[in-house]
Amino acid sequence: MKKSGYILLFILVLAIVGPIFSPHDYQSTNFDAILVSPSFSGMHLFGTDNLGRDLFVRTMLGIRITLLVAIVASLVSLIIGVTYGAVAGYIGGRVDAVMMRFVDTLYALPFIFLVILLMVAFERNFLLIFIAIGAINWLDMARIVRGQTISLREREFVDAARLSGVSSARIIFRHIAPNLLGIVTVYVTLTIPQAILVESFLSFLGLGVQEPQTSLGSLVDSGVNQMEGASWMLLIPAALLALILMCFNFLGDALRDFFDARQAP
Amino acid sequence: MTLLKVNDLTVRYGDSVVVDAVSFVVNRGESVGIVGESGSGKSQTALSLLGLLPRNAAMSGSIRLDGVELINMSDDQLDEYRAMRISIVFQDPMQALNPYLRVGDQLRQILLQHEIAAGKEADAKVLEMLKRVGLPDPERQFRAFSHELSGGMRQRVMIASALICEPDLLIADEPTTALDVTVQAQILDLLEELRDDTALLLITHDLGIVAGRCERLLVFDEGRLVESGATTSVFSSPETAHMRKLLDAAPRVDRGEMRSAVKGKTVLGVDHASVSYRDAAKQTLVAVTDVSLSLREAETLAIVGESGSGKSSLVRALLGLIPMRAGKAVYAGEPLEGPVRSRATSTLRDLQLVFQDPVGALNPQMRVQTIIGEPLLVHEPAMTEGQRKEKVLSILKKVGLDENQLRRFPHQLSGGQAQRVAIARALILEPRVLICDEAVAALDGSVRIQVLDLLKDAQRDTGLSVIFISHDLAVVRSVSHRVAVMYLGQLVEVADTAHIFSSPRHPYTRALIDASPIPDPIVAPAAAPLKGEVPSLLTPPSGCVFHPRCVFAEGNCSVKRPSLRDLESSRVACHRAGEIEL
Repeated sequence: MKKSGYILLFILVLAIVGPIFSPHDYQSTNFDAILVSPSFSGMHLFGTDNLGRDLFVRTMLGIRITLLVAIVASLVSLIIGVTYGAVAGYIGGRVDAVMMRFVDTLYALPFIFLVILLMVAFERNFLLIFIAIGAINWLDMARIVRGQTISLREREFVDAARLSGVSSARIIFRHIAPNLLGIVTVYVTLTIPQAILVESFLSFLGLGVQEPQTSLGSLVDSGVNQMEGASWMLLIPAALLALILMCFNFLGDALRDFFDARQAP
Repeated sequence: MTLLKVNDLTVRYGDSVVVDAVSFVVNRGESVGIVGESGSGKSQTALSLLGLLPRNAAMSGSIRLDGVELINMSDDQLDEYRAMRISIVFQDPMQALNPYLRVGDQLRQILLQHEIAAGKEADAKVLEMLKRVGLPDPERQFRAFSHELSGGMRQRVMIASALICEPDLLIADEPTTALDVTVQAQILDLLEELRDDTALLLITHDLGIVAGRCERLLVFDEGRLVESGATTSVFSSPETAHMRKLLDAAPRVDRGEMRSAVKGKTVLGVDHASVSYRDAAKQTLVAVTDVSLSLREAETLAIVGESGSGKSSLVRALLGLIPMRAGKAVYAGEPLEGPVRSRATSTLRDLQLVFQDPVGALNPQMRVQTIIGEPLLVHEPAMTEGQRKEKVLSILKKVGLDENQLRRFPHQLSGGQAQRVAIARALILEPRVLICDEAVAALDGSVRIQVLDLLKDAQRDTGLSVIFISHDLAVVRSVSHRVAVMYLGQLVEVADTAHIFSSPRHPYTRALIDASPIPDPIVAPAAAPLKGEVPSLLTPPSGCVFHPRCVFAEGNCSVKRPSLRDLESSRVACHRAGEIEL
């Protein structure tokens, strides 16, 4: 479980520093080296694509962008979701009812469809992808946080704080929020792979990042087109995508065990 | 004749030894008590007899039932012994019963599993067993789910399931700890009455329970069996310091110093207070009805009663944690109104609360230093970090902890330490009134005495007034100046401690005293003084709420609600108080 953290760290470092050591860059085409299979000659570790671009560098770039999209999207959902859920849960009553019905309403919207529409209507850009993915994920987060907050609000240590005259803001931030940390961290590590999947899905449909930028999803997409002649174009990014997803899921489990230890039974 | 022979039993979890080379025997038909504080290994010993320890436990030694070795027996083989030869009653019947099975089906399963009876015959046997454990209307309970039963009835069902196969040995692991004291007496009577020639191994932390009911006693301490012998001799001439300590720490309801009443001006009072809740089904549940009480300066006022008596609801409403439906609370001449967050900082400072569950009352993500110092942030905003730390340290010393604990998290503290931290947090503002809601109920005897002494010291030093909520009359006797008895949301009697214990005026007060187990084998345990259980607050009885359980009830009692009246030096709410002999 712990190993998954190290693997992720290794992939991240590789994605950042790897391209520095490569003689190639991510966008220059080389028509003398089209669809070269992975080899050390010419330093095409992951081979090249049908435009002769070095796939190692492109894959590393793809990882960077995929992780960036996923992490930013998760942060967006984290901030909106935790604030929204904690406020609804702590205040309770009618405010809670109205806030949660709003969430229910948003749940009813077909987000992927909405995102696709947005992508088509506006120029494709990063920001839109972040917002789109974050907007899907914060709903779940808000529900989870709200439920936890309601149960924490009834705990005796919160009553004790209220009796000491501690302000509502401090109760939310010092008493309730830290106790949400465990479940929120776990949930975020599970949101990241979800965001990665959505991003890959959009990229695969050709609605993700724009060439010459790339992401793991678009790499897989172009790999599929070439899979009969150049299987490495599909296999390498697909395997890395799977590995990253798996690592995040394992990391979530490890973090949950860590945070459970402090919660007395 | 020897039934069970345990030799050198050792239970380990990794490196920690929880049961250390324990040897004892249980003879056929005998009743043996196992006593010890929490963590003494008594429950682990019991579970090991049935092979119920978790997988990471390593057992060694020998457990022989009628000469057959049970250790290292496979689960399949052990199944032949469980229920048939050895059965167990756990502390919490709610968790021990399957919520998805009807009571009758659960018991019938046992008969089917062991091929004792099936079909109609099984049903008849189950019904008969339910009748024997004293369930009212057994035909209906047969089809009931466990959540539809009261706590006492659930424990009766557990006993029925444990005895249905007529085992040779019944293990009862704290069987009454989760029950009200009047129900506890009934369940203990039932165990004794039903077991016939089944041997009983009764595990408890309460010396009062084993005193009159077990022939022999095994005393555990830190995983070792430190003393054993006939109950009377262990009580009268304990051989070990540990047993003497346990005996000294066991409070007695029938004797011991009482504190005489204090005269002083009233600090805090409630006037015709009522509290009600709305449950999920939108039914109104009246938890407290028309209660008036006052607390004097430097006085300890005990509020006693069983679950559902409204004692916790009353103080929570007084503190503003829940709304008071009618009536008012008055502190130092000023009315206390509104929820806690709207109250003046100075009144908040003067009224503090200590909870029953010390671990739940401390934020698991905060260190001890932050927990105790937090009230200062609010009430002494001018204090510097250094001054605050100094103050925290001095109060920590006062409650018997030291600076090693400052950086700890609550889960790193023992129950007693955690409760001291909670008390330190409540005392750091030097309040005038401290409310202890079952504050010592979860603590072991010796720790309980230390915590009670701590409260007495604080009272002596600062003139603190204390409201001491408890269900345990033996503890109340030694700590309080005055006692208020509540039943089903109503105040039934208020008097000085000496009057309450020497001449109770309300039949319920008498019953509570009689039901309290006395840690003395010479005093024969009285039969359960009350029948039935506390009724639901949703459907309170008419007239006097106590009349369905009262042996003195007559016509008027079920019609008219008695109001509190003065009777000599007591105030009592009973139509027949004074004319009846208690």
